[in-house]
Amino acid sequence: MIRIENLVKTFGPKRVVDGVTFNVERGEVLGFLGPNGAGKSTTMRMITGFIPPSAGRVSVGGHDVVDSPLEAKRLIGYLPEAAPAYPDMTVHGFLAFAADMRGLEGEAKRKAIGRVVELCFLDSVVHQNIDTLSKGYKHRTCLAQALIHDPEVLVLDEPTDGLDPNQKHEVRNLIRELGRRKAVVFSTHILEEVDAACSRAIIIDRGRIVANGTPQELRGMSRLAGAVTVAGQGVNGDALAPLGRVEQVDGAWRVYPQGARQAGELVQAVIELAARAGWRLEALRTEEGQLDEVFRRITLPDTARA
Amino acid sequence: MISAWKSVRTIARRELASYFASPVAYVFLVIYLLLTGFFTFTVGAFFERGEASLISFFVWHPWLYLVLVPAVGMRLWSEERRAGTLELLLTMPVTAWQAILGKFLASWAFLAIALALTFPVVITVNLLGSPDNGIIVAGYLGSLLLAGAYLAISCMTSAMTRNQVVAFILAVVICLFLILCGFNPVTDLLTRWASPGFVDTVAAFSVITHFDGFQKGVIDTRDLFYFLSVIGFALFATGVILRNYRAG
Repeated sequence: MIRIENLVKTFGPKRVVDGVTFNVERGEVLGFLGPNGAGKSTTMRMITGFIPPSAGRVSVGGHDVVDSPLEAKRLIGYLPEAAPAYPDMTVHGFLAFAADMRGLEGEAKRKAIGRVVELCFLDSVVHQNIDTLSKGYKHRTCLAQALIHDPEVLVLDEPTDGLDPNQKHEVRNLIRELGRRKAVVFSTHILEEVDAACSRAIIIDRGRIVANGTPQELRGMSRLAGAVTVAGQGVNGDALAPLGRVEQVDGAWRVYPQGARQAGELVQAVIELAARAGWRLEALRTEEGQLDEVFRRITLPDTARA
Repeated sequence: MISAWKSVRTIARRELASYFASPVAYVFLVIYLLLTGFFTFTVGAFFERGEASLISFFVWHPWLYLVLVPAVGMRLWSEERRAGTLELLLTMPVTAWQAILGKFLASWAFLAIALALTFPVVITVNLLGSPDNGIIVAGYLGSLLLAGAYLAISCMTSAMTRNQVVAFILAVVICLFLILCGFNPVTDLLTRWASPGFVDTVAAFSVITHFDGFQKGVIDTRDLFYFLSVIGFALFATGVILRNYRAG
């Protein structure tokens, strides 16, 4: 549904987005990760046609965003960063405006408003002015606007920003649910959301894609991936040392795999060793790898930018 | 499929409703009516003139609108930029043109409402004497076009900044220039050192020169063309400014 080829955006001498290429198909939820200022919002603004690309192409549902913007925009529901909404309107008035702009009329419009009000839990504030809403409600009002025409493509810029943990949970479930039938791109810097909602994730840093894969694959890039942590009476590091690099972590021992060992082999070796040495194991697990470790390793922290 | 005109109407309706959503609109209307009354009857000496015309009503409009119209137009785009709703509006399936036209027409309609509310002055002059109502209609048309020209300029300055005050001041300065280049005391000053041809050329850019005809009941196509081209140019410039803003 979304095709992006070699997308570039320069602001003055600065290349904010530098040759980004990816596709998102229907039924996919793509998590867009990266440190602040990595080019996430800029990329999303180019997908939705708010800012024109300096080079490269974006097409949505086969419509080029620059050449046939109206056709492309009709397919997209967009939640901009910071979830803007007209403060002097009521929630209902705002959603009615969005419905009008999307060409919904009469019964279809009434139903669409009812549907998004329910979907985004806005019942209690429907007739309230937007400037009197709390941040969470305001955010969901803007999200409701993005969903009003049941779009095939959803572009959500930090959809869970400013929500409380319960609301975050609800919104993630909603995104995952919507992703079954639509193409969804959402940006975040909360890594747990990748596991909670995405079928695929892209990490960008300084305008370039530095990782692209399923959450599983990304976690596999972690140094920790495949390491075996073992705890119990009698366990000692010296005995484990021949299996790989050993490290003591919170009273347990962790063995890192060496070379291209199969995932199962290391843990098997540890079990055999434990049986031979007569250790009384209390815990034994194979680490999956941590996303934040991957994230920190492949992106540059703010302080390292010149 | 939503037609282009329908998008314009939807945007215009929202914009007009937003004027009346706050008390500012009513405050504006009251101030506008008080000021027109004050200028017409007190400063313009409506009764002392002893003639059944609205000359003392219309003659102040270029000056009155100088402050009032930018006050109406200043928020059009700067507020959208400040609140971030510009991004929302322009990622909906509309062209920038439809949005510009919709917002402009809404605020023009608001000014038309304000102007229409001055109807008691027409009734008054008709009760007191027998004025030429054709001249009055022409005066109203001219006044509406004048307001439209100022408004389009305010629209343009509003697109330049996210700060409404800056938009207001810029609009006032540009509109003041359009008044002064045809204002008699200024043109008299110019004739001392410039050729009459030059002075006439400069004066041809002034709203005063083109508004004069309407006050006398003459609807000249050149005057119509002037006001419509100021509106057209300023709205076109708005489009260019917004495009540059988006391109970064």
